[in-house]
Amino acid sequence: MPLGGIIFLAVFIAIFGALMLFLGSRGGTRVYDPVKFEPYECGVPAQDKKDTKISVKFYLTAILFIIFDIEIIFMYPWATTFKDFVKSGNGLFVLISMFVFIAIFIFGLFWEVKSKALEWD
Amino acid sequence: MGHDAFQITINCLKLVVIFLMMVQAVPILVWLERRGSGFIQNRLGPNRVGPLGLMQLLADAAKFLMKEEFFPETGVKLLYYAAPAAALIPGTLAFCAIPLSTPVHIEAFEWLGQSWGPYTFLFQGFDINVGIVYILGISSLAAYVILMAGWGSGSKYSLMGALRASAQIISYELALGLSIVGVILMYGTFNLTEMINQQQGPLNFQFWGHTISSTVSWLPNWGIFYQPLGAIIFFAATFAESNRLPFDLAEGEAELVAGFHTEYGGFKMLLFFIGEYGHMMVASGLMVAFFFGGWSIPGVSFDQVSSWASGATSSSSLASIFTSLIFFVSFFVKLAVFMWIFIQVRWTLPRFRYDQLMDLGWKTMLPWALANTILSALFIFVAHS
Repeated sequence: MPLGGIIFLAVFIAIFGALMLFLGSRGGTRVYDPVKFEPYECGVPAQDKKDTKISVKFYLTAILFIIFDIEIIFMYPWATTFKDFVKSGNGLFVLISMFVFIAIFIFGLFWEVKSKALEWD
Repeated sequence: MGHDAFQITINCLKLVVIFLMMVQAVPILVWLERRGSGFIQNRLGPNRVGPLGLMQLLADAAKFLMKEEFFPETGVKLLYYAAPAAALIPGTLAFCAIPLSTPVHIEAFEWLGQSWGPYTFLFQGFDINVGIVYILGISSLAAYVILMAGWGSGSKYSLMGALRASAQIISYELALGLSIVGVILMYGTFNLTEMINQQQGPLNFQFWGHTISSTVSWLPNWGIFYQPLGAIIFFAATFAESNRLPFDLAEGEAELVAGFHTEYGGFKMLLFFIGEYGHMMVASGLMVAFFFGGWSIPGVSFDQVSSWASGATSSSSLASIFTSLIFFVSFFVKLAVFMWIFIQVRWTLPRFRYDQLMDLGWKTMLPWALANTILSALFIFVAHS
């Protein structure tokens, strides 16, 4: 049932959004002016999009995000079952094994800061 | 009790109503934001159109309809038009997974010569047993919408704004995801309904097999008392996730004109706006569900409200609907408080610089969230063993 609902809602919103776009495109006057269709620039002729250069920092951030996000996702199943393990008396083993994992996480974060991967200028 | 036509129709209608409710809340929120910002900045705000300026947004919508349709010549047509339509999807899909109130029980009844069996309708779009993971996953899709808009516009300001926004969203996603680990540790479930059920009743701590009740009897058993640090980190990270001030670097006017929606106007811009407010509502709703007891009312139990409602009407179906509506009002009030905090923070705090923003996310909030996780785990280990 949730999957059906999700698909139904997503399709409904997409149709709703398309309808809004269609409604919005009908009204208004149309005056043709070649300058209007150029990308926005503050008073000078706009440059081509291909010339836009992007800082490599964004790629680095994305890569680091993937590594850390996967590490965090590994904590989720541990967090769900931790209370049950503690109540059944196996808490110490589960706690220590997760702390080893978190230690690796902290080491990764520390190394990342040390190697100046997070410095923006 | 299979799924018959009545049940499927009601469930689909429910989704549509929740979506339209979110869309309809946006004009009121925009009015509240403009009016509130007016008073914060010692001016009046919109007060000409209708009583208290409430009709201002209708006038704005009419104005948006009159705007000229426009497509920048360097843009990518598919992405440019798909982005505003898709901007509503992540927020709404995430919001539908948040329980808004207690389930409604409908008795068996006769209609159109057929008997329709007893039903239970949840007061939420859909109940997902891994609710948190689903909401985090769906709301991260907003980064795609922003990148689509930024690339599709074919303007360098849009592209830079989109890249900044997506880098910011994924950076704060870490602190957000990690601050929830403490919440999951405490409740031991991913399901939001179960979390809210655990927050019912008065506050009491479990410690070494003893139950320590609070001296104030009406103090509710809310998550904020167990996870104060997690709540602060979560709320701060959601500001960055929904691109609101003080983290709205994506649309820093002084640097980037208007960020990823530089080339959008009229209804297309309005759809981005609705998407942004949708994210704020998801953030507020999660805040309420995780830390402020969801739909529960402090000092009033479900049974009290339920018995009051069944005393007021003869039909048990109507009583169930009344009960749900009362708890929905409670949820809505809590939601409104957090929405107002979003608005007030926007108009009282200055914007960060980009390197400060990234430093805050990676070097401050991520370690604090990690510390919160470790402390929560240690506390639960000590308290329950």
